[in-house]
Amino acid sequence: MERRWTLYDPRLAWMLVAPVLLLLIFFLVLPIAVMAAYTFFTFVTAGVETSALTTANWHEFLTDSYYHGFLLKTLRVGAMTALLCGVLGYFPAYFIWATTFKHKWLLLLLLIVPFWISFTIRTFSWINILGEQGVINVALLKLGIINEPLPMLYNEGAVILGLLHFLLPYMILNVYVSLEGIDRTLISAARSMGCTSAQAFREVTLPLSLPGLAAGLLLCFVLAAGSYVTPQLLGSGRDALFGNLIYDTIMGELNWPMGATLSIVLFVVLGFFAAIYTRYMGMSQIVKGLAG
Amino acid sequence: MMGVGRMKARRKEEGRWAWRLTGFVTLCVYIFMFAPIAATVILSFNASMFGGFPMTGFSLQWYAKLMGNEQVLTAFRTSLWIALVTAAATTAIGVVTAFALVRFEFRGKQALSTLVILPALVPETILGVGLLVLIKAVDQPRTMLLLVLGHIMLAVPYVVLIAQARMVGIRRVYEEAALSLGASRFSSFREITLPLLIPAVVGGALLAFTISFDNTSASLFWRPAGVETMPTQILSMLKISISPEINALGTVMILVTVGIPLLGGLILQSLTRLKRRGQPKEEAR
Repeated sequence: MERRWTLYDPRLAWMLVAPVLLLLIFFLVLPIAVMAAYTFFTFVTAGVETSALTTANWHEFLTDSYYHGFLLKTLRVGAMTALLCGVLGYFPAYFIWATTFKHKWLLLLLLIVPFWISFTIRTFSWINILGEQGVINVALLKLGIINEPLPMLYNEGAVILGLLHFLLPYMILNVYVSLEGIDRTLISAARSMGCTSAQAFREVTLPLSLPGLAAGLLLCFVLAAGSYVTPQLLGSGRDALFGNLIYDTIMGELNWPMGATLSIVLFVVLGFFAAIYTRYMGMSQIVKGLAG
Repeated sequence: MMGVGRMKARRKEEGRWAWRLTGFVTLCVYIFMFAPIAATVILSFNASMFGGFPMTGFSLQWYAKLMGNEQVLTAFRTSLWIALVTAAATTAIGVVTAFALVRFEFRGKQALSTLVILPALVPETILGVGLLVLIKAVDQPRTMLLLVLGHIMLAVPYVVLIAQARMVGIRRVYEEAALSLGASRFSSFREITLPLLIPAVVGGALLAFTISFDNTSASLFWRPAGVETMPTQILSMLKISISPEINALGTVMILVTVGIPLLGGLILQSLTRLKRRGQPKEEAR
């Protein structure tokens, strides 16, 4: 006989989550599984492959230093971006949290506004700042400080700058959320026990905000290392990152098995860092940060 | 030796400098975030032929040119439709999922919560390639439906998280009271839970809209042959060079994607205010 339905019946829960579950299975889990299988397919010619199993793709990836260079550069750019975000993002987060300014919400709103502006537009807008006819070069030329425009675009610095611009709001919001979670009486207690404000910050506020900082660092690192548009628009061919390599392998060379291999490599490498993070910090901080 | 009073004063002075430094860096970060956008908006009114400084005069010609660009208009309409459908569908399934995740206890709930936020953490390039490989493996064409479903997947984590955060604050006794008074499961959700969730519903829908309207990397992989969305259109226009027309296009996009959420927020705020005025007793606690 069938069990009677209870008020919070698990079966009803499964019915409610069914649409999302199906979507995630068919658009996230299954694609990654099929992609993993594809890494063992044989590449015949552009756009054609057979399902004869081979380890040639993995062999090529593991032995060709061309790919290693790309991977190392991607991780380096990701780490640099995350660190810069951490350093530059902590100040505004702390300022917004500690300020007595009446319209604090405005400062927070200004951090959310960039999320609404198209990422492509935010990225190409840097051309108007750094380009040969950008603000900086035109101003310096007018002032007579330089005679020729400085080449500031299409190098790794420009790529990192663009990524920084894209990722700073994530970092600031993550740190801010964890600062908001601090019981302010702890700081007053530290002060009344004779701590200077610097000591109170070092001993109380900073340690308690580290989870947010860590979540921000992971988020910035993963998003920077997986980026495609920023290096495409602000970098030259030499500054392409792993995402661009994947795109070119699939859309340009039509070498699907190799493209799948590279995607799985990036997935595993970034997943490795995320796993280390969750091992120590858990998922909850990331969730808080994403929900704003 | 320094007196205690002087030491205290010095420390206070140090604290003040630290605070000033914090304020200064904060100001720099905000300038850093908005200067490029401001430059783009200003340059869109440049009379010059070239997409850059110096300004040679004020002109709306690039907006006029934009309005006559059939490709851009088509891409705009395409993106608008995709974003509207994505927003509606994501909000519906996201809110229901959040309801289940907060109210119910079932096996695998923790795993599901993690799975739901994964699309926000996995780089889009990987998601893009993955779906494409799957489609190729089963020999299906890239369709509009695929693109929309893909966008829904990308927006789902944010809608679920927003709805979950709100849902946690709604006490279940309200729903249970309705149930005990004879309301059906569905009508208790529709009459009690959903109205209380409205801020999350509106917020989630707006976010889903902008996520879809903005999406670039994944759309590059998923779009059907010959279809351009607004961001991919901009990307292909940028391959030639930056022109004042692109700056004008960027400005229009900013107006749309910033204006809609702001307008939504304002409408929501005035609605709650109107309601409050209508029922003063209920609000006064």
